[in-house]
Amino acid sequence: MNKFKLDWLILPLIGVAIILGVWAVSSATWAKDLPSPLKTWESSKPYILEPFAKRGEMDQGILRFTWYSLVLVAQGYALALIIGTPIGFCLGLSKAFTKTFDPIIQILRPVSPLAWLPLGLVLFLGTGKEAGTYGALFTIAICAMWPTVLNTAVGVRAVPQDYLNVGRVLKLSRWKTLTKILIPATLPYMFTGFRLSLGIAWLVIVAAEMLTGRPGVGGFLWQEYNALIYEHIILSIIIIGLVGFVLDRLMSLLERRFRTA
Amino acid sequence: MPFLELSGVCKAFGGPEVLKDVNLSIERGEFVAIVGYSGSGKTTLISLIAGLQKPDAGTVKLNDLEITAPGPDRGVVFQNYSLLPWLTVTENIALAVEQVFPNHTPEKRAELVAKAIATVNLTPASEKLPRQLSGGMRQRVSVARALAMDPQILLLDEPLSALDALTRSTLQDEFERIWEADKKTVVLITNDVDEALLLADRIIPLTPGPGATLGESVAVTLARPRDRKALNHDPEFKRLRALVTNQLLGYGAKRKATVTKKLTLPDILPEDLDVPRTTRKRPLRPHEIKREEVAVSA
Ligand SMILES: Nc1ncnc2c1ncn2[C@@H]1O[C@H](COP(=O)(O)OP(=O)(O)O)[C@@H](O)[C@H]1O
Ligand SMILES: [Mg+2]
Repeated sequence: MNKFKLDWLILPLIGVAIILGVWAVSSATWAKDLPSPLKTWESSKPYILEPFAKRGEMDQGILRFTWYSLVLVAQGYALALIIGTPIGFCLGLSKAFTKTFDPIIQILRPVSPLAWLPLGLVLFLGTGKEAGTYGALFTIAICAMWPTVLNTAVGVRAVPQDYLNVGRVLKLSRWKTLTKILIPATLPYMFTGFRLSLGIAWLVIVAAEMLTGRPGVGGFLWQEYNALIYEHIILSIIIIGLVGFVLDRLMSLLERRFRTA
Repeated sequence: MPFLELSGVCKAFGGPEVLKDVNLSIERGEFVAIVGYSGSGKTTLISLIAGLQKPDAGTVKLNDLEITAPGPDRGVVFQNYSLLPWLTVTENIALAVEQVFPNHTPEKRAELVAKAIATVNLTPASEKLPRQLSGGMRQRVSVARALAMDPQILLLDEPLSALDALTRSTLQDEFERIWEADKKTVVLITNDVDEALLLADRIIPLTPGPGATLGESVAVTLARPRDRKALNHDPEFKRLRALVTNQLLGYGAKRKATVTKKLTLPDILPEDLDVPRTTRKRPLRPHEIKREEVAVSA
């Protein structure tokens, strides 16, 4: 019986062990170019043990790269929320607005970040050296925006008529109705949208960095692929996954806080 | 000139008329109870007076002015409390007070809020959120909010029907006390005849819908303050109670006679599990089921 109490620790470790085993066997047999786990560790050590080192533009500690990526994601994500939330409110509040823009939104929503990025670069060609950064921001914002837009719209439509009736009886102004009733009632939906948007923003950053060659985890991954240092591709994938996981957990914590409000 | 006057009011929501030719006049300071079956259109009637809905025909007038929009001169206590769940008791009431008395100083407004909370005996819970309160306490907050607006008329939509019997009688006594204190005009919607008799000056039955309309009003002549224990033995109370109840039951009987439903019964025989599976009759497939219609009086 005692053994089972450690389930939560032992079982995930077994899972990791199985994957490592498959990886090791694969690199030894059918995928000769895939570095083995041990080789990956040896080669990644300097990047992990000195995570904030800066040896050159594209030769930095892995957490330093992650930090660059996070900063860019934060900016693009902030842009997505600032643009997406008001659009969501307009969609939720106005039937005419919905009829006008919903078809466009439905068509733009499934477009891949890889398709947006070149357009972003073209849009900001005039800025010269910074075009990469602005193009990446544009791509993150436009791809990450949709869950926020749609969840906010659903949330606004779901505000109970009772709350709105209270506002009408009290003759609340439009502004007060928005701040005292609509926004608080919509917050749980908004935060669900925010969480999903952050996930997408993090997905997009890697693609954006790959194509623009900016320093960051994605840029590093692509550069090391071109430099034939395949160990670092795996290192980057693991870091990207871990960071994405942590971001999602943090957002769920926030989301849960607002669900009860 | 009556204080509140409805004449020839009709209301439909796209389907059959919910309310048909409703006429009502209420004097200032009067406490009127409207009793009716659930689903007959009581909430709709309150919404029309509150201005949350517009009548399809007829007029609703307060002080001889036609009601076109909701406003804080008509304090509504909604059937489901309708407190804003993200605001504390104090904040919920303060929101109303800020709207109605924008020219008061903040201190004066805080005083009004505190007074309203004290009136319904909720001072110890004033910093709680609605979800931390029991149903009875939420309903008191809702009443306090309506009182704090100092409305010309209070519209109470089944304020107590979601509560247990004990809480309900406590709150009925509180309503009586509050009303005795400043004699506001009140329209109380209820489905409890005893509650109406305890509180109201006049009881008006609402006939069952669709096409509900107000029946003949019954004046409650019992002396105030009314004591629920003494009332139970009061012959006049018993007479009025029988009168109103019979009036409602009369409508109910008429409803029984007129409403018929057609139920479709599938013709299925139960499987006999004692017969061995191989020789048992095959169960019917859905398209093989014969349907027959049976008329049922509701
Ligand atoms: N906003 C609405 N839209 C459509 N139908 C409504 C609406 N409000 C009420 N009704 C209908 O009107 C009838 C009376 O409802 P209501 O006034 O809530 O009854 P009560 O309060 O007496 O239980 C019901 O059949 C209900 O379905
Ligand atoms: Mg109702």
